[in-house]
Amino acid sequence: MGNEYAVEMRNITKRFPGIIANDNITLQLKKGEIHALLGENGAGKSTLMSVLFGMYEPEEGEIFMNGNKVDIKDPNDANALGIGMVHQHFKLVECFTVLDNIILGTEPVKNGLLNKQEAKKKVLELSDRYSLKVDPDAIIENITVGMQQRTEILKMLYRENDVLIFDEPTAVLTPQEIDELMEIMRNLRKEGKSILFISHKLNEIMAVADRCTVLRKGKCIGTVDVENTTKEELSKMMVGRDVEFVVTKEPAKPGEPVLKVENISIAAKHKGIKAVNNVSFEVRSGEILCIAGIDGNGQSELAYGISGIEKLIEGKLYLNGKDITHDSIRERNIGGLGHIPEDRHKYGLVLDYPLHYNMVLQRYFESEFTTRYGFLKKKNIRAYAERLIKDYDVRSGQGPDTWARSMSGGNQQKAIIAREVDRDPSLLLAVQPTRGLDVGAIESIHKKLVELRDNGKAILLISLEMDEVMSLSDRILVMYEGKIVGELDPKETTPEELGLYMSGAKNNMKEGA
Amino acid sequence: MNKRLKLILKNPGFQSFLASLVCIVLGLLIGYIVLLFINAEGATQAILMIIKNFFKYPSAGAAMKYFGSTLVKAAPLLMCSLSVLFAYKTGLFNIGAAGQYALGAGICLYCALALRLPWFVCIVFAMCGGAFLGVISGILKSLCNVNEVISGIMLNWISLYTVNTMLAGVKEETSHYTMNISNVNTDALLPKLGLDKLFTNNQYVTLALPLSVIVAIIINIILDKTKLGFELKATGLNKFAAKYSGMAEKKNTILTLAISGALAAMGASLFYLTGYEQWSVTSSSVPAMGFNGIAAAFLGGLSPIGAIFSSFFIQHITEGGAYVDKTKYCSQISDLISSIIIYLCGFVLFMKQFMNNMIRRSELKKGGKG
Repeated sequence: MGNEYAVEMRNITKRFPGIIANDNITLQLKKGEIHALLGENGAGKSTLMSVLFGMYEPEEGEIFMNGNKVDIKDPNDANALGIGMVHQHFKLVECFTVLDNIILGTEPVKNGLLNKQEAKKKVLELSDRYSLKVDPDAIIENITVGMQQRTEILKMLYRENDVLIFDEPTAVLTPQEIDELMEIMRNLRKEGKSILFISHKLNEIMAVADRCTVLRKGKCIGTVDVENTTKEELSKMMVGRDVEFVVTKEPAKPGEPVLKVENISIAAKHKGIKAVNNVSFEVRSGEILCIAGIDGNGQSELAYGISGIEKLIEGKLYLNGKDITHDSIRERNIGGLGHIPEDRHKYGLVLDYPLHYNMVLQRYFESEFTTRYGFLKKKNIRAYAERLIKDYDVRSGQGPDTWARSMSGGNQQKAIIAREVDRDPSLLLAVQPTRGLDVGAIESIHKKLVELRDNGKAILLISLEMDEVMSLSDRILVMYEGKIVGELDPKETTPEELGLYMSGAKNNMKEGA
Repeated sequence: MNKRLKLILKNPGFQSFLASLVCIVLGLLIGYIVLLFINAEGATQAILMIIKNFFKYPSAGAAMKYFGSTLVKAAPLLMCSLSVLFAYKTGLFNIGAAGQYALGAGICLYCALALRLPWFVCIVFAMCGGAFLGVISGILKSLCNVNEVISGIMLNWISLYTVNTMLAGVKEETSHYTMNISNVNTDALLPKLGLDKLFTNNQYVTLALPLSVIVAIIINIILDKTKLGFELKATGLNKFAAKYSGMAEKKNTILTLAISGALAAMGASLFYLTGYEQWSVTSSSVPAMGFNGIAAAFLGGLSPIGAIFSSFFIQHITEGGAYVDKTKYCSQISDLISSIIIYLCGFVLFMKQFMNNMIRRSELKKGGKG
């Protein structure tokens, strides 16, 4: 019969030139279950979802809904069949209200005029029924990320979708908001919705999912009942080997302060306010200091200020005892600052340069790479790049000649880390160094950072990932609305406590400190 | 076999070449259609005339002579296209090349006619003038965030009228054209190096030809082999990464536009110092050379070496346009047709992207079998 399945994707195969993105994958989503789809980046999760939404046509395989074969040609077909998706990056109109966003595309019309009252009633009813707290009249840009996500969920419910897909929904949330989301998902299940939950966070899958399908390198490794499995087993299925979750490291032996930040403030991009407001701290050699916080609380601007990309409004910066407040970016680089930027495509790499050019982006002018008359020593540049590629295990199709654009995200990041670390900086500013990377790459980057710390480097880590903050740091500072609101010891604090600081509910700093 | 074809199709150099070729053919085709509309009878002959240009002369000597004339005007066009493409590599669109060209013409003619200076001094002063205009655009861009296209267009007008005013003192009494250099100051004429002999005593064929090609090669070397080129290209490809890695992107912007301006102005002196043409002090628009330079740069695939050929081609059809039968078409037809073709030439990048998309789509669709 097959009628117990809301969606059944049978033997899906989708090939791209050079790779098989989906190799004979079968995914069965039961009615009223939360089904997790687990896999590293590049395992084929997004391709599979794109097939379900009609954006790709698979070479082989069929899709059934409620036992009937369906033909999904484009996303409109998927919507008509009641499939809805909450994207990782919300698709909301920032300057519209919650209600406007929910009804967008299916606006109720009466006599040719918009009839919002009826829609509002329906939205409030839905929000009540599924306990999705939103204010329908609030403007999107003024509400929290959690509420924006609830708006997205309401959008799907308003369209009476029965199959809900959540694409890595917890990446942008605080621990408290994640708990709320889990509760919401359970509620939706209770009401008979079928949920497909795409994630690579094992804790969440263990907490909320009924079953879990694991993909690795385009292949379906298996579907397991979450009840009868463990985190370790799932991760082994995902990566293909045992993964160390806890970063093993000796206690830190902090030495002299390397970076001193004194009462600095940095302007926000648009709003005429301070994104960083009177912040002071020190980073010592041999320690990893982590700045934790929810995205958009001034961490990015802080990094720009320290690296010299943005000017300070006030305050002073000292690197190895030298005042670098007014130094140029190049002077800071030469003075011992290494910087793994938050956005590796925007700042970290010239994507249309070959890898060997990217490897010398801050050093091309040194006598090793340029002659006295300003000609590039291409041979030396290539040799240097080859060494970095070997030493730091950067994988690329054509070695030093590979275009940076064509490399995988993990290897692009490894290339940046190789470049920054090899310059032997005394301070490494690492901003979200593992963003968007898979478990294997994260593990190797974490190990590298700990190794640098043990060699007496100072590391300033800015991270949004709770797990990373907890496992990697020797000291945690929490940033909230441009200020440091807490200093915590990772050995004594809990993620819950950290979450309270991150959401501004707690503050252990004296005002003006 | 199909695989090999695909490999060739994916080669960026070949793609540029093919895209340029497609644009040329399309341009000629549309030009032909326009001719058909105006007067179907003479259209075929007219378009052939445009393509043939100097080949229309039956005797080899005459053909050679007019070939020389095309080259004389191709040299400044090449300089303008170098100016545009050099700026483009740094992510700047130097539409001000036209004004820099005009100012270069004004300064070199003033130096030659009023100050009676020798040719190489004239060139140097002209280049300084062009660079000065570039620096103004560069400073406005990097310090005040004024788009270089806006400031370039404004400066085009300013330089046009500055030049008209400046040259009013050295014009012929009976016309509104500047005096003929060969009557006033033969020292200011570019040396011929015996090249005129090659082109059936075409006196306008001078040092300008080899010099412009040499400059193209130098620009190619600067872009490809030097530290400066490394920085400029990095800034053009990703100015954020350039800033992050400590390159002085503001200084580079100003420097690029200065070099770019100097190139355009040098182009003007390589033309006006041959004595081929005089400046009309009542000009109401800047010479089209600077704008055609944009088309030549794109048609040449934004490569200095490609620009050598594309500049010649564009000049070739522009000259050819002059031979269209004026009894069948009005006298503006030559400009109209050549500008249509030049306009299409600007579509090379678009064409390249279009071809790439086609390849990718065909790969995606039948990727399964590959």
